[in-house]
Amino acid sequence: MLKYILKRFLIMLVTLWVIISLTFILMVSIPGSPFNSDQSSNETIRANLEAHYNLDQPYHIQYFLYLKSIATFDFGPSIKQPNQSVNDLLSRGFPISFELGILTIIVAVISGIILGILAALRHNGVIDYLAMGIAVLGISIPNFILATLLIQQVAVTWGLLPTATWSSPAHMILPIAALATGPMAIIARLTRSTMLEVLTQDYIKMAKAKGLSPWKIVFKHALRNALMPVITIMGTLLAGILTGTFVIEQIFAIPGMGKYFVESINQRDYPVIMGTTVFYSAFLIIMLFLVDIAYGIIDPRIKFHRKGGE
Amino acid sequence: MKATKDGKAMHSPSQIPDEWFKWKEKDEGAAEIVSRPSLSYWKDAWRRLLKNKLAMLGLVFLVILAIMAIFGPILSPYEVNQQDLPNQYQPPSEEHWFGTDNAGRDVFTRTWYGARISLFVGLMAALIDVTIGIIWGGISGYKGGRTDNVMMRIIEILYGLPYLLVVILLLVVLGPSLSTIIIALTVTGWVGMARIVRGQVLQIKNYEFVLASKSFGTRSSRIIRKNLLPNTMGPIIVQMTLTVPSAIFAEAFLSFIGLGIQSPFASWGVMANDSLGAILSGNWWTLFFPAFFISFTMFAFNVLGDGLQDALDPKLRK
Amino acid sequence: MEKILEVTNLQVTFTTYGGTVKAVRGVDFHLNKGETLAIVGESGCGKSVTSNAIMRLIPNPPGKITAGSIVFKGKDLAKYSEKRMRSIRGVDISMIFQDPMTALNPTLTIGTQLMEGLISHHGVSSKEAKKKAIEMMDLVGISNPEERLKQYPHQFSGGMRQRIVIAIALICEPDLLIADEPTTALDVTIQAQILELFEKIQAATGVSIILITHDLGVVAKIADRIAVMYAGKIIETGTKREIFYKPQHPYTQGLLNSVPRLDLKGEKLIPIDGTPPDLFSPPAGCPFTARCPFAMEVCDKVYPASKELTESHQVNCWLQDERAKQLLTAVPLSK
Repeated sequence: MLKYILKRFLIMLVTLWVIISLTFILMVSIPGSPFNSDQSSNETIRANLEAHYNLDQPYHIQYFLYLKSIATFDFGPSIKQPNQSVNDLLSRGFPISFELGILTIIVAVISGIILGILAALRHNGVIDYLAMGIAVLGISIPNFILATLLIQQVAVTWGLLPTATWSSPAHMILPIAALATGPMAIIARLTRSTMLEVLTQDYIKMAKAKGLSPWKIVFKHALRNALMPVITIMGTLLAGILTGTFVIEQIFAIPGMGKYFVESINQRDYPVIMGTTVFYSAFLIIMLFLVDIAYGIIDPRIKFHRKGGE
Repeated sequence: MKATKDGKAMHSPSQIPDEWFKWKEKDEGAAEIVSRPSLSYWKDAWRRLLKNKLAMLGLVFLVILAIMAIFGPILSPYEVNQQDLPNQYQPPSEEHWFGTDNAGRDVFTRTWYGARISLFVGLMAALIDVTIGIIWGGISGYKGGRTDNVMMRIIEILYGLPYLLVVILLLVVLGPSLSTIIIALTVTGWVGMARIVRGQVLQIKNYEFVLASKSFGTRSSRIIRKNLLPNTMGPIIVQMTLTVPSAIFAEAFLSFIGLGIQSPFASWGVMANDSLGAILSGNWWTLFFPAFFISFTMFAFNVLGDGLQDALDPKLRK
Repeated sequence: MEKILEVTNLQVTFTTYGGTVKAVRGVDFHLNKGETLAIVGESGCGKSVTSNAIMRLIPNPPGKITAGSIVFKGKDLAKYSEKRMRSIRGVDISMIFQDPMTALNPTLTIGTQLMEGLISHHGVSSKEAKKKAIEMMDLVGISNPEERLKQYPHQFSGGMRQRIVIAIALICEPDLLIADEPTTALDVTIQAQILELFEKIQAATGVSIILITHDLGVVAKIADRIAVMYAGKIIETGTKREIFYKPQHPYTQGLLNSVPRLDLKGEKLIPIDGTPPDLFSPPAGCPFTARCPFAMEVCDKVYPASKELTESHQVNCWLQDERAKQLLTAVPLSK
């Protein structure tokens, strides 16, 4: 187990290093250097940039100092907003995005699992078709289109919920619904298919032969095993939800990191783009690592099965 | 002994006619008859796919979409970027079947142009993924040992990189265009395919028929071509059908955050993005058509992929 | 002798894509208290379906018990509700499955899986359950039981797992144990140990056993009586002695000739040609006709009634008819 954690940890470090180096290479390779174009005409900003990126130094020194600043969680200044650093934006926007993301995951996981179990237990029944119909639609409709539809119908036409911002629980319902539907659908489909597979296993038959109640068989014997694959795709889902916040925050005018990020892309505010990318990548890579470890703890067979990858 | 000719209800042995007690003529091979005709793998898979109504719906939709993407713009008298400001936001009518947008452009024409772009991006991304994936995964799985180890470590690292963030980063630097979007989507996109191919190759490599050809001294390239590839095709095809919609989604998503395909091209993502404001003022058609086609295309690829998976998976063969 | 189980005219069908499979087509047999009955046959002959039907574990849909009775200790299980059946399973009748590698839940400890039946049926405290579990682990020959209860299935070898499965089956002290190919998935040396364990358990608890197997070696070792099954029907039953030394049905004879035997040196092994019939449309007559070296015209047309040779030995074969015996002497077979 320890060896497994160590191996995963090393891979995580290398992945982090790759993404950080990638941002650096891309930054210095932007034609005409982003920092001395007419965009950064403001004197204060130019001074901040030169100080942070050590633009007078050769590349390898720049690279080294860049690594050092990221290791100390210093992502540098913004080009567009004077006296604003990427860290300022992150500390303002990230908590909101985090809240949106966490609530979305909770909603997606709970509703997806319930939907998947119902579908599996009523295999080929009405509930199964209904649940899988919802799931296929959920996977097919992109979240930004769903968001627009929800605003149009629920908020504008019916006037049931507020259209934008993040100021009360009522405001949170539509963005979470728009963002959670896709992951929910993926979880529902996965839970259903693994559940169906698990239900044909010998140990389920054995549990039946013991005379256990159907409730006990499903929740004690089947669900645990059916949820294993759900844990493995959590990393991918997290990544999807995280990038989803970019558009959802934009559409619902939620002042989170995603909104700042999209703005920085439109304004070509390179330091903010780079800093946010590194921050989010690190966040995701660490999450991926934690999911892997969690999987190892939950599945007692992991030591034997994970050798040499899947 | 009483013999009855009455063939019904002969439960008691005494009712059975005596002349039935003679040795049966041996019809050779009668015991060997296989009662159901055996079909080839691909024919069998195709037959099962035909039975899957949802998958067929998806396939038919995609075929129609492809035809319209090619010929649709010809049917229309308007150019893709032909502006007609006095006639902006016209609802669907005889002149403009899908209405007009904020610049008075014909939504019908633009929708089929969008189909071209979206399908092109999706198919190219899938094709490049498959090519790199098969080469990488094939070599890694077939060679094994150290080569495999090194190649897999690289995959593991790339797999850990957040896909869309890397794509965004690349597009910020390269600048968004049709070719850079496809490049950005495939830079890390092939990794999933390579993993699948490698897994398949590892599994099949040890099958007896492959071992048999190896022991006859068949060349490696021939084994790969004749034995491994046909047997790995199933999962690869399924993965391809799932890569296309994710690339189409990614393209639409990128348009949405300002990294989409630039004019004169009109992709569905760009059209949807342009229409977000319009929908609140009641001009629903400007968003509806691109949104509908993005969603239905993704739906079609997804159900087709599911159907193919069911059809090609021999485990479910009954 | 007291009959603990009597199955009469049991019929089970499965509805599939290709049509209806008649997997069990009117099976009769009984089991006496404390004895071991072996049901023998090729794979697909319906023996496992029969055992699952007794436990009412046929998945419905696609499977269904369409006729017959399963009288266990005087009560017909075929008429029981699912809920009432649950109080029988694991308590009065237990089952052991073929593959111990898959029969145990990989994510639960051995202890949990061993004790849960006891706790849910008898409502005993977990302390008492643990005591009983340790007792059972001792009985099936697993050393250091207290420690091993906390371990997971993957930490045990195949033979050990099968011992655990047996312990799980026996923990509620059932009257009837159904063992479905209990040794097939095990190494030969382990097989012998598990069979000895069955004998030991039967001596200690007096449990009646139905043993489902295709392995005549296993049967020779522990069965009292044998029922030979073919294409969804029992074609011959008898004591072990009767089946092994006086087999009457050509299929039973073929089965015995295709197994290597140490007591008959120098004899050739003779495989049975052909494959069993398609149970989508089973033949009207004897299903073995197409493969039978003694096939007569009648065999194709009518299924033979059961003939009682001794009190314990019954066979369903037209060769038992007087006219067939005349034919055998008058027109000898060329082969």
